Amino acid sequence: MSKPLKQIHLAAHFPGVNNTTVWSDPKAGSHIEFSSFVHFAQTAERAKFDFLFLAEGLRLREQGGKIYDLDIVGRPDTFTILAALAAVTEHLGLTGTINSTFNEPYEVARQFASLDHLSGGRAAWNVVTSWDAFTGENFRRGGFLPQEERYSRAKEFLATANELFDSWHGDDIVADRETGTFLRDAQAGAFVHQGRHFDIQGQFNVPRSPQGRPVIFQAGDSDEGREFAASSADAIFSRYATLREGQAFYADVKGRLARYGRGRDQLLILPAASFVLGDTDAEAEELAREVRRQQVSGATAIKHLEFVWNRDLSAYDPDGPLPDIAPDLGEHTIARGRAQVRMYRDPLATAREWRELASANKWSIRDLVIETGNRQNFVGSPATVAETINDFVQADASDGFILVPHITPSGLDPFADQVVPLLQERGVYRTEYAGTTLRDHLGLALPHSRLRSSGGTPIDEIRDERVAS
Amino acid sequence: MSSSPSPLHLAVALDGAGWHPAAWREPVARPRELLTAAYWTDLVTEAERGLLDFVTIEDALGLQSSSFTEPDGRTDQVRGRLDAVLIAARVAPLTRHIGVVPTVVATHTEPFHISKAIATLDYVSTGRAGLRVQITARQNEAAHFGRRTFPPFRIEDYDTPAVQEVVADAFNEAADYVEVVRRLWDSWEDDAEIRDVATGRFIDRDKLHYIDFEGRHFSVKGPSITPRPPQGQPLVSALAHATIPYRLVAQAADIGYVTPHDAGRARAIVEEIRAEQTAAGRADETLHVFGDLVVFLDHDPAEAAARRERLDARAGYPYTSDAPIFTGTPAQLADLLQELQSSGLSGFRLRPAVAGHDLPAITQGLVPELQRRGAFRRAYEADTLRGLLGLSRPANRYAAATA
Repeated sequence: MSKPLKQIHLAAHFPGVNNTTVWSDPKAGSHIEFSSFVHFAQTAERAKFDFLFLAEGLRLREQGGKIYDLDIVGRPDTFTILAALAAVTEHLGLTGTINSTFNEPYEVARQFASLDHLSGGRAAWNVVTSWDAFTGENFRRGGFLPQEERYSRAKEFLATANELFDSWHGDDIVADRETGTFLRDAQAGAFVHQGRHFDIQGQFNVPRSPQGRPVIFQAGDSDEGREFAASSADAIFSRYATLREGQAFYADVKGRLARYGRGRDQLLILPAASFVLGDTDAEAEELAREVRRQQVSGATAIKHLEFVWNRDLSAYDPDGPLPDIAPDLGEHTIARGRAQVRMYRDPLATAREWRELASANKWSIRDLVIETGNRQNFVGSPATVAETINDFVQADASDGFILVPHITPSGLDPFADQVVPLLQERGVYRTEYAGTTLRDHLGLALPHSRLRSSGGTPIDEIRDERVAS
Repeated sequence: MSSSPSPLHLAVALDGAGWHPAAWREPVARPRELLTAAYWTDLVTEAERGLLDFVTIEDALGLQSSSFTEPDGRTDQVRGRLDAVLIAARVAPLTRHIGVVPTVVATHTEPFHISKAIATLDYVSTGRAGLRVQITARQNEAAHFGRRTFPPFRIEDYDTPAVQEVVADAFNEAADYVEVVRRLWDSWEDDAEIRDVATGRFIDRDKLHYIDFEGRHFSVKGPSITPRPPQGQPLVSALAHATIPYRLVAQAADIGYVTPHDAGRARAIVEEIRAEQTAAGRADETLHVFGDLVVFLDHDPAEAAARRERLDARAGYPYTSDAPIFTGTPAQLADLLQELQSSGLSGFRLRPAVAGHDLPAITQGLVPELQRRGAFRRAYEADTLRGLLGLSRPANRYAAATA
């Protein structure tokens, strides 16, 4: 007896500020005007997606001491856009990436609780932390935290926010005109939190929202991060969008759930994924190659090489060979405000590996950057992409995907029009929303109000922006 | 025959079920819907039907209280609210002309976050955003953040030097806060986004500016992560009751809300603010001074008075306010507003005692009355909030510096 088909979860990542977003295409529209967000969100809702996802970065990126100008620059405020999108959508979940380093729990909790009320239970929070004093220069908290402190602050931040969400029980507002009783209990919202990072008390001023708490996303990958996700997160925004890696990650994390008394369906694993569609597989492959060349101009290729070399390489020809000088192993100073640079933990090894690849394949700098990164996850005809996505999910490599189009705001349209109907035909994807809240879409139970005394929920490995790579 | 009066500006201040503490018990109230998008959408669309300039939305970083300085532990009044910026964002796409001006608290929040939030509100409303800046020196609200403390004080001690020092410092911080918010709005020049395919440059980075603000309570580097909003500078407003906040209004705001109880006092306050405005070097900028009034409006003055008495009886005490409380008919209110206008106020922010009753009374009673007198618009005449208020789109301070 074969097991029943899993239902696929799909979500849409508004194209961000990485080079993967192609702004030079004639079809590319504004990444700031509200009309772009409306188009994108309504396309996602038309395709019955679970949610829309917004990334965040709180300082404009710099390279070589100057504001980086080759990619999209600038973005709107996350909470404000999500609240406005709640007015033009009915079902779509609204997921915001919100930093735990440069905010305070009381304020963030009231913003998420407010968003959840104003959207009728569609709010979700991707909890991230920042890594440097560079971003801190924009904030009154300023300064920066050592890595361990950052993570421990993030853990305690989330635990504290949960205490605030749980400080109202849901039946507090009586509003009995005759007796004049508005609140059941004068202590509604009361909380005390004494921890290493937060020592706060008083009364939370937003009554319990439709979902109780926003859906919690986590992007962790370390052992500690996986453990946190298994214990407390509702979904993981993962980086593994290849079959084998995806299956390993999926089995590992799902295997941890039982320890916390949680079912395998109470934590969703959703990798970010890019796609290119064509009428035929061959046409899609050709288009995908063109898109990669749009994503990596010669100038962009040089800048990406600088992430590894940590020095000014502007004198090099992107169509020529790789630099023969060695990377600067000092403190990374060339590219600031980017999570990507931390991927290259051993620049010497990366440089060696890249030189060998370039030499073996006769690749220029630009060829190398194109070939070693930014390969789209799903390339093919609509039928091929639908089949591949379904195979991934049925093979337990994920529960679905957070799709990242490369064109703002219309990049999702062909997927909605051509791939989604095929998934629906296969019976693996909803044709209508069954519920109204994001928890309904994700198949997650409402959280119980569970007050705890203090922080201690681990979270880690958190980024400002994820893209498939 | 006198010439027709100059038009006045009208805003309403929205707060829960209304400003009277027993408002929620009125049959017209919707006390179980105060946390819903539908409730706020209905209020703001009603205000827009009345062609009002804008709505303000109250907010605070603690539970509502009948005490100025601390929680009151009451269970017989509305407690609990939503973030005002998010309410404004939620209603903005569903309206087309009316300004949306949420309250923001400067004392514990980040100017960087608020600057981009209001800039984004300006984008989602296509040029109708503003903010009302507010301070808090309440101990209980400071304890919600745990980063600083304020000395305890009673409202009776408000005028003592010790309390005045605390207040002055909080307003100085608010002035710094507004300065940072405004600089960040200008930190991108309007034409910074060039999308130059030939050179591969998305922006002209010479048109992005560090703001390099350093003050006593915070320093902020910039630039904003959000490009300059449609209005350039969204509206900044503040409520003011005394010299220190008048100075903030004069130095940093586009609108001050004041609470004179008669025309003579209104004239004196306007004079004080104008003098401060000149001292701040802003004499040739438009700065509106609006009068705040709580209103009980009915067709019959006796009816309005009776309603107020009934609400007071239900609340268990007579309602008092920092603002004058008006009880009467739309025509009487129109008389009062025009009298106050002649003493130098250019508009009014009305606080409906009962939102479900007094807001429609404003839009369907007061507004037609003022229109008959030629004292209020008959159609929206501008697409932006600055436009409605006769404020031009300002030049960018950084562009001017380099021009």
